[in-house]
Amino acid sequence: MTQQDTTTPSAPSSPFSDPVVLRAENITKVYPGTVALDNVNFNVYRGKVNVLIGENGAGKSTLMKILAGVEQPTSGHIFLEEKEIHVRDILAAAAQGIGIIFQEMSLCPNLSVAENIYLAREVKQRGLTIDRKFQKEHTRELIQHLEQDIDPDALVSDLRIGQQQIVEIARALAQDVRILIMDEPTSALSTAEVAVLFRVINELKAEGVSIIYISHKLDELLQIGDFVTILRDGKLVETARAADISVAWIIEKMVGKNPASLFARTEQYVGEVLMRVEDLTLPRAGGGFVVDHVSFNLHAGEILGLYGLMGAGRSDVVDCLAGIRPEATGKVWINDQPVLGTTVSERIGSGIVLVPEDRQREGLVQPMSVHDNILLASLKSYMSGFFLAPGKEKEAVQEMVKRLSIRVANVNQPITSLSGGNQQKCVVAKALLTTPKVLMLDEPTRGIDVGAKSEIFEITTRLAQQGYGVIFISTELKEVLTMSDRILVMSKGAITGEFSRQEATEEKLVAASAVGHGLAGTTEPHGATTNNGHN
Amino acid sequence: MATTNALPTRKSRRMTRTNVLQFVLRGRAFIALILVVGYFAITLWPQFLSVGNIEIVSKHVAQNALLAIGMTFVILTGGIDLSVGSIVGLTAMIAGMLINKGIIIPALGVVLYPSVWMIVVISVAIATLFGAINGFVITRFNVAPFIATLGMMYIARGFAGLLNNGYTFANLVGRPELHNTGFEKLGAGELLGINYSIWIMIVFALVAWFITTRTPFGRHVYAIGGNERSAELSGVRVKRTKLLVYMISGFCAAFVGLIIASQLVAAHPATGNTFELNAIAAVVLGGTSLAGGRGSIGGTIIGAFVIGVLGDGLVMSNVSSFWQMVIKGAVIVLAVIIDQVQARMQARIALLQQQEMG
Repeated sequence: MTQQDTTTPSAPSSPFSDPVVLRAENITKVYPGTVALDNVNFNVYRGKVNVLIGENGAGKSTLMKILAGVEQPTSGHIFLEEKEIHVRDILAAAAQGIGIIFQEMSLCPNLSVAENIYLAREVKQRGLTIDRKFQKEHTRELIQHLEQDIDPDALVSDLRIGQQQIVEIARALAQDVRILIMDEPTSALSTAEVAVLFRVINELKAEGVSIIYISHKLDELLQIGDFVTILRDGKLVETARAADISVAWIIEKMVGKNPASLFARTEQYVGEVLMRVEDLTLPRAGGGFVVDHVSFNLHAGEILGLYGLMGAGRSDVVDCLAGIRPEATGKVWINDQPVLGTTVSERIGSGIVLVPEDRQREGLVQPMSVHDNILLASLKSYMSGFFLAPGKEKEAVQEMVKRLSIRVANVNQPITSLSGGNQQKCVVAKALLTTPKVLMLDEPTRGIDVGAKSEIFEITTRLAQQGYGVIFISTELKEVLTMSDRILVMSKGAITGEFSRQEATEEKLVAASAVGHGLAGTTEPHGATTNNGHN
Repeated sequence: MATTNALPTRKSRRMTRTNVLQFVLRGRAFIALILVVGYFAITLWPQFLSVGNIEIVSKHVAQNALLAIGMTFVILTGGIDLSVGSIVGLTAMIAGMLINKGIIIPALGVVLYPSVWMIVVISVAIATLFGAINGFVITRFNVAPFIATLGMMYIARGFAGLLNNGYTFANLVGRPELHNTGFEKLGAGELLGINYSIWIMIVFALVAWFITTRTPFGRHVYAIGGNERSAELSGVRVKRTKLLVYMISGFCAAFVGLIIASQLVAAHPATGNTFELNAIAAVVLGGTSLAGGRGSIGGTIIGAFVIGVLGDGLVMSNVSSFWQMVIKGAVIVLAVIIDQVQARMQARIALLQQQEMG
């Protein structure tokens, strides 16, 4: 990473001499509740990786959807090779040679890999039936090119999420594109898979394909990007050559804050043992254990980090504790009182509450308002007689909005109108209103921007200070290291390491998380490991 | 700056126009009701708006509205209950049997004739039990609501036929010496000059409105329809809530069966045939989403009135029954189309407001 300061480009429209292939001019997009894009001018340079970055809700995905024809701009123009184009839908964009890899997986789980790759572009025999053989062979070639071992006939639902993302990438490659939009393509990929993707991107560049690349992983962006464009609050802040800037510069532009203050946490008082877990076990269908006889203590006021690779069982531990897995066995005590209930509502009653990993699928009720979402888990506390008391409800919601500084104009707004970070705060608010003792946060910072992340960190720290026992799960090593008073590392369902805040280092955590795996993690396919770290 | 000065006035005029359209679309069920009533009031002047006719129409509406109230709970959770029509028939037959034949206890060789109050309690309990079976099959065995209640539709209709080998229980007036008279009052009786069935509808609608808007149970119903998994992880007892929802549906259907049997003073095993479809139509017309999570009891009541008024009005206008079906079907589909238009419209208006502000 370079650490030089920037040379700010002067002219706003096309500050660089490189040829522009696609130009978005004065794009404005208004959604209910937000101006997603405000008069944005964006240039895509030919044969380059054009990185787009910004906080959640900064408008990156919206801009990409407009370029790909998924959304229509409220106003503004798009020029391809200096000719104005109108992309009415994704097929029109494809006809212009613009392809997109979506942030949310857009595969059909009930179809095979090959069928997905050729979906809506089926290769036909005699213009009638699908040429399965051709599709299968080409799929196999594409997958091999991505150094993966996925059967073209495999159902997408049978693939793990990283493999699904590879299929998504292969699908984009199967089209003849001159502009390829990648919206967070690496969010579920292992390091080795990312390396392969970057190799493919470089090949595409060599062929003259222009790439638009969106990601939250900042160091990754500087590694692959040629141009970096920063969006904030729907406005374009700056475009610069990747060679001229640093991670610190990006963060500063993104949030307008000094990044050092983002990840800082002071030592704090840790109290008595709050929760005792003994022999927590979750058998795996077909033998073995998802959670393998796990025992640990959690203290009041402590943030206990839980780290492990994908599939190591960290989420399963908190799922078991939250009562989501009724087949789990083991003993749990809170303040030396045994926790007997096994259902989610009983566990919430005992003071154990989970903020689940998948916000959209497990955290929110989309058609409901902010107000109703926040209260959902604790309605019984806001009743008078048989009925809910709107006054009490409103008071509780307002207090939470203030306490977690949830940015919302009106609590009766639909929850979907909030940004990811604020949605997450609502899920945390919902958990807090159940008056828990143990708060389990499973990847609370997933898919939210740097600013919201630091807010979630602040909130977590404050909650620990108030005496809650907090279990904090993250795949980001740095996050676990900064946040935790103590870290448990898991591998293959068992605890393979325990480190105090002082002892813990990245190396130690990684080593402990690989116990029982040999050198490579199980989540990484064997074919890809040879390529590791050489790009 | 000169141009921007002119803009706001033009924009705000457009805003008011869209506001009106928005108002019209949001209140579409109500407006449809006014239009339908207005049309028949004019074309069938004066008899359509006569007190007698209003009461007849309301009595017809009451039956469908009661079913639709129960159905609203089910549909709000994202489910469907196809068995309500059959449960109407079954309840009518149970009531008929209890009056005419009583409860035969072979072991003691006696026949018990329950009073009318007991009959109401027993038949409502059985119908609720059938609803509970629906809910049980759906929640414990993970059967799709469509299939589970489709099965129950046949089963309940079959039992309705079995109770009297397919024959009608006629003349359900009871006998004074058995102390089981008075069943016909349920259908014919009046309070303050208004038929009991209409009172039952009003009470049920108010209670259901309170339950959906002001109780944790109601909130849970919406949450399950909106995102079942999230609801479950929030500690909502999803299975129990769903079970209750189907019980409510059965409970409502029972009252419809009793009212019909009482009004006809007879119970026929085919009573309530295809009523489930009218109930679903009323719910959908009232703006409740079949996907669950969105909708209201108020909408459902209005939806039931639109269908009822339309049906009776067409009959009185001597429109052939085939055309009636065509018109009803078209109205239902149109309602859902407008629902979609309104959703898109609402999004666009929010955009306009957003632009106004910033």
